[in-house]
Amino acid sequence: MAIDMELDRHILRRTDAGDEEIVVNFGPQHPSTHGVINFVTQTNGEVIRRSVPDVGYLHRGLEKIGEQVPYPGYMPFTDRIDYLAAMFANEGYAVAIERLLGVEAPPRAKYIRAIAGELCRISNHFISVGTMAQDIGAATPLTHALRERESINDLLEELCGARLTFNYHRIGGVAFDLPVGWGDKVLRFLDHLDSYIQEWDRLITFNKIFVKRLANVGIITREKAIDYGLAGPNLRGSGVNWDIRRDMPYGAYPDFEFKIPVGTGRVGTIGDCWDRFFVRVQEMVESSKIVRQALAKLPEGDIQAKVARKLKPDAGEAVGRVESARGEMLYYAVSDGSEKAYRLRVRTGSFMAMGIIEELSHGIMVADLIAIIASLDVVAPEVDR
Amino acid sequence: MTQEEVCAQLKEKFGEAVGALSETKGDRFVVVKSEKIVDVCRFLKTTPGLDFDYCQDITAIDWPARKVIEVVYHVYSLEHRHGLVVKVETDRDKPTLATVEGVWKAATWLEREIYDLFGVNFEGHSDLRRILMPDDWVGHPLRKDYQEAGGYHGIGNTRPDPLVQLSKTTDEKRKAFVAAATAAAAAAAPPVVEPGTATTTATAIPSAAADPEGKV
Repeated sequence: MAIDMELDRHILRRTDAGDEEIVVNFGPQHPSTHGVINFVTQTNGEVIRRSVPDVGYLHRGLEKIGEQVPYPGYMPFTDRIDYLAAMFANEGYAVAIERLLGVEAPPRAKYIRAIAGELCRISNHFISVGTMAQDIGAATPLTHALRERESINDLLEELCGARLTFNYHRIGGVAFDLPVGWGDKVLRFLDHLDSYIQEWDRLITFNKIFVKRLANVGIITREKAIDYGLAGPNLRGSGVNWDIRRDMPYGAYPDFEFKIPVGTGRVGTIGDCWDRFFVRVQEMVESSKIVRQALAKLPEGDIQAKVARKLKPDAGEAVGRVESARGEMLYYAVSDGSEKAYRLRVRTGSFMAMGIIEELSHGIMVADLIAIIASLDVVAPEVDR
Repeated sequence: MTQEEVCAQLKEKFGEAVGALSETKGDRFVVVKSEKIVDVCRFLKTTPGLDFDYCQDITAIDWPARKVIEVVYHVYSLEHRHGLVVKVETDRDKPTLATVEGVWKAATWLEREIYDLFGVNFEGHSDLRRILMPDDWVGHPLRKDYQEAGGYHGIGNTRPDPLVQLSKTTDEKRKAFVAAATAAAAAAAPPVVEPGTATTTATAIPSAAADPEGKV
C-alpha cells in the first residue's frame, strides 16, 4: 500500500508539472518517416514545439558519382535517386544530356516515355496515398493500393525487365520498343483503374473519418508553398496551378489533353493534407487519360536517335526539367568537353518538401506531424541523393 | 519576357555589376558581382513584370583552375513563366557570400547543402549547419580536390579486394597443408641429414642456425 501511495504521488507530481518538455528522436528507423529520416522533435506532451528534420542517412554521393562515370553509364544510378518513380529520374537525366548534346529523341520514343512515365506516376501515387492512409491508421487501403501497383509493376517489368529500378531510358531514346500486345494489356488495366479509382474514393477519399482526420491539418498557404519552393502535387495542393508538363513542355506532352488538378479546399482549407491527398488521386485519373491518348496516337519509327557511342558534349551547361511524381526534378549538367560531366546536380521535390516541415511543426500534435510527412510524400533517397 | 529583356532591365538598374547574357552552348546565364547578389535577387523578385517568385535551385560548381566557386541560382516566375540562371563567383580559398534566405525561403536548405558540400559560407544564414554529411565530417565532398579520409569513427570506407583475399586464404591453407604433411613425414621417418648436404628443407629451416655465434 505504501508503494502505491508513493507511486500516486509521483504520478501526481508529474501531471502537476505540466510543461515538461522532452526531445524525441522520431526516426531514423520509424515506419512513418518513409525511409531513413530523423525528426528531432521537441514536444510538450502531445504538442510539438518544434521538429527539425535531420537528413543525410541515405547520402550516397550520387552527384559526385555523376562526375566520375561517363554520360551513358550514369543512367542506372539515376534509378537510385527515386526508386518509387525511377522513370522520371531516368527521363530527367536523359532530357538534360540530350539538351547538352543538342539531340532530340524520335517521336515514338517520346510517346513511349510518356506512357512509361505516366504508368510510373500512377504506381507511385498508389504507394503515396496508400501509405498515407496507413499512417493515419487505415490499414486496408494500403493493401488495395499495393495490389493495383503490382499490376503496373508487372506491365513495366514486361516493358523493361525491371520492377523498380528500370534503367529504361537512353540518351536520345529508350532501350526497348513496346512488346507485342502490351498496349492492349495496358488498356485493360486502365479500364480497371478508372473504375477502381471510384471505388477508392468511396473506400477512403471521402470516408468521413478520413476527411475529419485530414481536413484543416498542416495547411500550407499558396505564398508559403511558392516561397519554400515546393514542387509537384505539394505545390498544386496549395492551389498553385503549375505543372512542368504543361507550362514548360518537354517530350510528347504538348500533344496530349489533360487537366491539372489543384487543391480547392473542398473539405477544409486550401493546402491542407486532404487537398494534397486528393490532388494525387485526381492525378492518377489524368495520367490514365494521357496513357490512353499516347497509345492511340503512338507514331511509328525509331525509338533511338543517332548518338555517338562516346559522348563528348561541347563545353556548356544544360538543364533538364521533368514533372516527376514528386514534383519537378531538375538535372543541371555542366560539361567541360570531356566524356564525363564536370558537374551534375539533381534537384528533387522531396528535398524542398523537407525544408518546410520545421516551419509547419510549431504547435501541432504529434499525430499531425505524421499526417504532414505522409501528405508531403517524401522519399528518403530522393532527399539525400 | 525573354531572358534578353530581363537582362536589359537588370543592366539598367545595376550597371556594371551585372554581366552580359552568356553566349555558351546550351542554357544561357548571367554573371553578377558577388556583393550585389542579394540586391539583384530582391529586384528580380519584387519588380512588377519580372516577379521571379520561385527559387527552383541553388547549387555550386567548383573551378579549381580559375580558383573560384560559382554559385548558380535557377529562378523563375510562376506568373509570367519565364526563367533565368544567375551566377555568382566567389573566391575558392575563402568562399563567402550573402544569403538570399530573406528573398526566398527555399534558400535555407539549398544554401545549407552548398555549405556542406562546397564549404561556401553564407553570411547572415539562420541555420548554417551541415545537412547531408555528419556534423564532424572533415572536408567538403563536392570540391574537385576533395580527398576521402580513411574512414569515419573507425568505420572504414575501403575493403580488401575479395579476390586477393580469397587467393591469400587458399595460399595459407595450402602452406599449412604442406607443412602438416612434411611434419607427419618427418615424424614417421626422421631423415638422416648428411653433414654438408643442403636439402631444401634444411635451408628453409631457421637462418639462425647459420649464425654460429648466436645471440644467447
